[in-house]
Amino acid sequence: MALVDVAGLAIEFPLYHHNARSLKQRILASSPLRLKKDEDNRIVVAALRDLTFRIGNGERVALVGPNGAGKTTLLRTIAGVYEPVAGTLRVEGEIGSLIDPAAGMDPLLTGRENVVLRALYRGLTEADGRALADEVAGFAGLGEFFEVPIRGYSAGMSVRLSFAMATAMTPSILLMDEWFLAGDSDFMKKAETRLSKLVTDAEILIIATHDMSIVRKWCTRAIRLEGGRILADGTVDEVLGAETVT
Amino acid sequence: MYHAANPVREFDAAAPRRRERALEDLEGGFARWRLAWALARGDITHRYRGSVLGPFWLTISTGVMLTALGILYAKLFKMDVASYLPWLSVSLIVWAVISQVVTDATTSLTGAEGVIRQMPLPYTVHALRVVFRNAVVAAHNLPLIFVVFAVFGVMPSWTVVLAIPGLLLLGVAGFAASIFLGMICARFRDIPPIVGSVMQIAFFVSPVIWKPEMVGHWEPFLPINPFFALMETIRAPLMGTTGGIVVWLTAVFWTGVLAALAWTFFARFRGRIAFWV
Repeated sequence: MALVDVAGLAIEFPLYHHNARSLKQRILASSPLRLKKDEDNRIVVAALRDLTFRIGNGERVALVGPNGAGKTTLLRTIAGVYEPVAGTLRVEGEIGSLIDPAAGMDPLLTGRENVVLRALYRGLTEADGRALADEVAGFAGLGEFFEVPIRGYSAGMSVRLSFAMATAMTPSILLMDEWFLAGDSDFMKKAETRLSKLVTDAEILIIATHDMSIVRKWCTRAIRLEGGRILADGTVDEVLGAETVT
Repeated sequence: MYHAANPVREFDAAAPRRRERALEDLEGGFARWRLAWALARGDITHRYRGSVLGPFWLTISTGVMLTALGILYAKLFKMDVASYLPWLSVSLIVWAVISQVVTDATTSLTGAEGVIRQMPLPYTVHALRVVFRNAVVAAHNLPLIFVVFAVFGVMPSWTVVLAIPGLLLLGVAGFAASIFLGMICARFRDIPPIVGSVMQIAFFVSPVIWKPEMVGHWEPFLPINPFFALMETIRAPLMGTTGGIVVWLTAVFWTGVLAALAWTFFARFRGRIAFWV
């Protein structure tokens, strides 16, 4: 059973390494937007404000909204990177995150060595990592490039590797940012098959994207974020209804 | 196949349970020592990628410096090279380890920014990585001491084994420093240059190139300097004495103070680290 339950969640980014005083004078006086002062008189950006939702088994959720709406921040918060300043967060299930394909990758190591390294990041042993590497090699389809340092990889190749790595661990909750669309069509077909298999195993997918055709094809539910708040939450047709497919 | 037992993660901003989370972080960090070790090893091998001698350049550069300084300082301080150089090499090598640990500690978290902002990982892994990385560097430099001893015919006595607890103590202090300095340096970006200057001053005010007995009746007060206390627990055993109970007690005391500081900071501000880096 996988579950993401969020109530009254808020994330604020303090602007630490700036000249706070001049920033204050310039922006704060007039800004009705997301920059504000917290109780310690620091300038903060309200990245997420008072979010409440519950995602249960088998749901494929799309996070949509303009740039800076808080989609990636929400993914990172669910992943456990940021601690909320308000609200509660309950996550049941192993998380696989495809937020930044380069995270935790060492460009000087080969594809295979990076899989072992990732296994260590996940708290597995080297032996587990080597077994995992064989599995990943099969799916990523990188051929001999699997044994080459990844800094020589093309963008598509790194995406294949990251995707294969993240999904080989069969997470119960898969968090995904839209970069993975960089794979070629062959790989996209494979990826889709694997994703639908992941989701039919009654797990959760949360994906942040601007591509509405992806949303309509893969998702069962959409949450529209804007300015760090939820504007709409419902089935894909309810949320995207008026919008034309581009 | 690699399906973990369904973990549950809960966070309530109204009841952050900071102490428990910091403890879990500590446990999780040590459980992933393999990761810290792999990262530390990677740091060293990447630094010397494509080089023929690799990390042994560390050994060679230390060796060259020792020879040059030893001859010059013996002349300056009018001391016999045969008695001064072994002592100086132990001093300089041990000091290099300490000063490198402190310098590395300041970037323990900011250097891992990419990972910290992208995936949830116990922060103690990064501190452990600093300790392991410096242990590898020390392992390349410490054997030089025995080369110098062999050249000058110094026989190390049984006290050499006491250097092992000394090094372990330094490891604990380095771990605490990596958490404490790593955190304040992530929050206040002016701290790393300050630490740099302090280490430079510490080099001259601590008995590294001068012998402790040179300060005369001030000698009993030297352990007030934490760098001296920690260094002496390693240097004295290598030079054939125990270092004395006072030095060991003060070294443990200073390590304890540092660990307490680190723990207090870590428990209180752990949740803010991802926003600082």
